[in-house]
Amino acid sequence: MGTERKFIELRIRRRANPHSEPYWEEFAIPYRPNMNIISCLMEIRKNPVTKDGRPTTPVVWEMNCLEQVCGICTMVINGRVRQSCSALVDQLEQPITLEPMSKFPNVRDLVVDRSEMFNHLKRIKAWIEIDGTYDLGPGPRMSQEEVEERYAYSRCMTCGCCLEACPQYGDGNYIGPQAIAQVRLMNMHPTGRMTRDDRLQVLMEEDGIHKCGNAQNCVRVCPMKLPLTKAIYEENRETTWYGLFSLLRR
Amino acid sequence: MAKNDIKIAVVGGGLAGLSAAMKIAEAGHHVDLFSVVAVRRSHSVCAQGGINAAVNTKGEGDSPWKHFDDTVYGGDFLADQPPVKAMCEMAPSIIYLFDRMGVPFSRTKEGLLDFRRFGGTLHHRTAFAGASTGQQLLYALDEQVRRYEALGRVTKYEGWEMLSLVLDSHQVCRGIVAMNRQTLEVKAFPADAVIMATGGPGLIFGKSTNSQVCTGSAVSACYQQGARYANGEFIQVHPTAIPGEDKLRLMSESARGEGGRIWVPRKKGDTRPPQEIPEKERWYFLEEKYPAYGNLVPRDIATREIFMVCLQGYGVGGKNQVYLDLTHIPEEVLNRKLGAILEIYEMFVGDDPRHVPMRIFPAVHYSMGGLWVDYNQRTNIPGLLAAGECDFSIHGANRLGANSLVSCVYGGFVAAPAAIEYAKSIERNGAEGSKIYEDEVKRQQEINERLIRQTGKENQYAIHEEMGRWMTENVTVIRYNDKLKETDNKLLELLDRYKRISLNDSNMWATHALPHARQLYNMLQLARVITLGALNRNESRGAHYKPEFPERDDENWLKTTIAEYSDEGPVFSYIPVDVSLIKPRKRDYSKAK
Repeated sequence: MGTERKFIELRIRRRANPHSEPYWEEFAIPYRPNMNIISCLMEIRKNPVTKDGRPTTPVVWEMNCLEQVCGICTMVINGRVRQSCSALVDQLEQPITLEPMSKFPNVRDLVVDRSEMFNHLKRIKAWIEIDGTYDLGPGPRMSQEEVEERYAYSRCMTCGCCLEACPQYGDGNYIGPQAIAQVRLMNMHPTGRMTRDDRLQVLMEEDGIHKCGNAQNCVRVCPMKLPLTKAIYEENRETTWYGLFSLLRR
Repeated sequence: MAKNDIKIAVVGGGLAGLSAAMKIAEAGHHVDLFSVVAVRRSHSVCAQGGINAAVNTKGEGDSPWKHFDDTVYGGDFLADQPPVKAMCEMAPSIIYLFDRMGVPFSRTKEGLLDFRRFGGTLHHRTAFAGASTGQQLLYALDEQVRRYEALGRVTKYEGWEMLSLVLDSHQVCRGIVAMNRQTLEVKAFPADAVIMATGGPGLIFGKSTNSQVCTGSAVSACYQQGARYANGEFIQVHPTAIPGEDKLRLMSESARGEGGRIWVPRKKGDTRPPQEIPEKERWYFLEEKYPAYGNLVPRDIATREIFMVCLQGYGVGGKNQVYLDLTHIPEEVLNRKLGAILEIYEMFVGDDPRHVPMRIFPAVHYSMGGLWVDYNQRTNIPGLLAAGECDFSIHGANRLGANSLVSCVYGGFVAAPAAIEYAKSIERNGAEGSKIYEDEVKRQQEINERLIRQTGKENQYAIHEEMGRWMTENVTVIRYNDKLKETDNKLLELLDRYKRISLNDSNMWATHALPHARQLYNMLQLARVITLGALNRNESRGAHYKPEFPERDDENWLKTTIAEYSDEGPVFSYIPVDVSLIKPRKRDYSKAK
């Protein structure tokens, strides 16, 4: 058992605040089986000392559900964007590097501000326009097949992996796959379809769907396995038809 | 007062908070919505299995009354009955509303909503969206609330944590004080009424199935300012969770609802892989003891049985774990109905539960107790309401699976109009106006400054871990009075050591050290309510089990525990339970009702 790893080594890209320069710090924490990145960060939080024994400030990161469904703990781990709760130490090469996502404003250490993603949802009107919350009986009937297709898009947890990996996304020049998939989700619903044009209009704006460069990184990194490229394909078709018809209607 | 003048603060953006926010905004009033995390990331996303409503689409003769009876019976008759009945009657319309809002509920061949079985009932009563129902319901509400946000009727304060209530000299709630978790700015938010919807306090037990925001901190602050806390000792321990280093991840009851079976090898310490153990050498102990309900007995019973079996040395590999077996169910069915939770198991354990039985063990999951509320979700503090897991109503001594989502929405739907009605009736406090807000902000800032200045040797995270260990060891499945007393002494010791913590973060920008220190103090206070409530209650009822008092004792204990804060510790009193609709009877899950 002498070869058993005793320590986990981590390199963490840190930043005190948005106005200061980022820097790297190294940590070594005692190994236990079945640890994930979150439990490593919890160790550092409890006892913030660098690898060479120098006291430092605790590394700040965000976490909540710890079962990869809330999306909050997303970061770049060994160069790959993913959730830190489901990143298991035993499956990672060491030293493990942790960096904040690069496509969003960096708040401190591994924390980023993803409010832009929620603004996307507002812009594309990602909701079903119901008449009211009073009792109007059941919703429209649907086949299980339709439901399953919608369910796949409905699992998006707004984590931002797709946007981090997308070469086109950044500096506000492309709305990105997250929002396009939610357009698909809403437009597939029988009631949502009634306000479909409002959403397509947004996808035809300057930062719209035509900015997709077809790199297909989004679908590869999505932890919830959303068929993002399918959504882009379908919405591309919808906007094209919509564009044509609105030209004809003029 | 003009209608548009009304402003209501909703604290918490899970299912209950968003339900209330949506109703208030729909009625044309303004909502300030506070949440530690972006509301779309609230703990409701973790709910997996489904939401109950007696829609009776399976030809089983189900009805809201049967749902009501199952809930009250499952709760061991500790719930006030009228709101339970109201909830069960509202449940079908809640499901239909979510259906209209676009939740991808699973369907039957005819395109109708499908329903599955859950614990504590013999009916197919649980609507579900795959095995991520909470996530889907939360998103639907998040979307509707965003619609009102776009219209300017909802203002979100995400990343703000409530620290305290603002009370006037008559103990009337006039708003809240909250802290920005980046800047640490402490600010007062006046409101005509406040609805608490902050969920449960699982983090008091260290590791649980709860998300990291589930500290119960804000509710504890309300309690310390005079709100009554009811039935705190009733903590649900879920029978099936996946033990982990950082968290005990839930394995939904829907696994058993779809036919999953719990077993251990009949031979203690059997080292064979589970697939090689023949059927007759497996002990399906729940099916054996409870022929009528089998693996779908209520959670308190399943948890105790699993616990006992492991205590007797039958745990798999001699450890605290039993098998939850799905391998006899066709893979296609599993993927369609349970995909999301099977992926969680695969991701964190590495085995494929379609082919290898899962190894699970009970974990703290839900608090039946919470802020005391009347039948309109109003607490004893005028202007303060509560909804969802943070209120004590509906579930009595034990919650049935898939009743939490429906109770959250019901609570929000009742609290919203009650808050509006209250807001319409009040006089605004002109003269004392800004003074009460300034005073409360100052009080909270002083607490923060003291914590920042402190330079003691104690580590707040070590104290949190110690509290969690003691609470899990002594205040969960099996409770002994001497151990409960020792635990309270430990909590007092931890409260004393708390005075000597230092924050160990010199950078206050976006620090978590200060918010956690605030939460920790509040958790310790609430832990005492839970522990002493359990110490006092000398009977066994639902999730509260004492071997020294193994029977339910209606004569002495058919009553609601009320805890009120004092500087010397919680003061307990007891009020009668409203059992006006269904006469209490003994629970027996070995036979059908």
